[in-house]
Amino acid sequence: MRFFQRKKTEINSSSMADIAFLLLIFFLVTTTIQSNMGLNVTLPPHTDEPATTQVHDKNLFKIHINSSNQIMVEEMPLIGFKELHSDLKKFILNYGQKPDLSESPEKAVVSLHMNRGTHYKRFIEVMDAVQGVYYEIYGEKVGLTASKFRQLDLKIASEKAKYDAGRKDIPMNISIAEPNKIQRL
Amino acid sequence: MKVFRTKHSSREASISTAALPDIIFMLLFFFMVTTVLRKSDDNLKYKIPTAEQLKEIQTKSLVSQINIGMPRDVGKYGSEPRIEADGKLIEVNDIIPFIMKEKDALPVYDRDQIIILLKADEDVPMGIVSDVKEELRKANARRIVFAASWKDN
Repeated sequence: MRFFQRKKTEINSSSMADIAFLLLIFFLVTTTIQSNMGLNVTLPPHTDEPATTQVHDKNLFKIHINSSNQIMVEEMPLIGFKELHSDLKKFILNYGQKPDLSESPEKAVVSLHMNRGTHYKRFIEVMDAVQGVYYEIYGEKVGLTASKFRQLDLKIASEKAKYDAGRKDIPMNISIAEPNKIQRL
Repeated sequence: MKVFRTKHSSREASISTAALPDIIFMLLFFFMVTTVLRKSDDNLKYKIPTAEQLKEIQTKSLVSQINIGMPRDVGKYGSEPRIEADGKLIEVNDIIPFIMKEKDALPVYDRDQIIILLKADEDVPMGIVSDVKEELRKANARRIVFAASWKDN
């Protein structure tokens, strides 16, 4: 008779809790709340009267965007962003060689001028291109790519040193002029 | 005899742990349901532009957000781009008070280091963006991040 007496079968479920915890912890760790990325800009301090800094024309790289989102670079219609990139790099790193380009990177100013009707998208596109040139220059100085240079963590001393070395003597002089009003005929 | 035997045989005492995973799942669901990630910002719709030279904001505690976009409810708020801060639609001259309020929430030594995350729709005209920018300058909140997402190549 003993042969037929069945033992109560049971799955040991005590480890289920551990599995659930593991899942919970896994998702806690892997979930990243979407971090905010963007183009960093520091604005000039506010002054009551509009600042009239005298900048020599050759130290100024003028970019205009009109209300139809057309871009004019140094009084010439934009050919393409590749050309803008190489022209701007030549302009910044001229060191007084060519008489019509900047005297030094410190004096070089990129002037962005827009119309009130210009699309924000276009502005970001141009801003992106201009900042790209600067980051590339910074990166080249310390032997990094532009994207590696942007990702430097300033809380780490060695990376901060690289960051400072890259930016030394080449300030990112981007002037965002107040857009003019749309002229109505 | 039988009674005698059962009294003394030590049966293995165990607590049933079968319900533990359920408890943990309950906890998980409870926190999932009650956690609110962000204040609802349903007033505006905006699609941020794409760019390549993005930098992540490293000091998240200093960030305040301002949105510019088209109102969702056109009947109520019109079809012109509007500014939103702190979940409310505001006017251009409300920006300085808003920034002052945000600055007050920061420790004194960090107040001028406040970072404004400007999330603007890619199709808004520069006029309104520039107005906001000038107000931020007046409020001495000069670190701006123009929010953008990665450009797919």
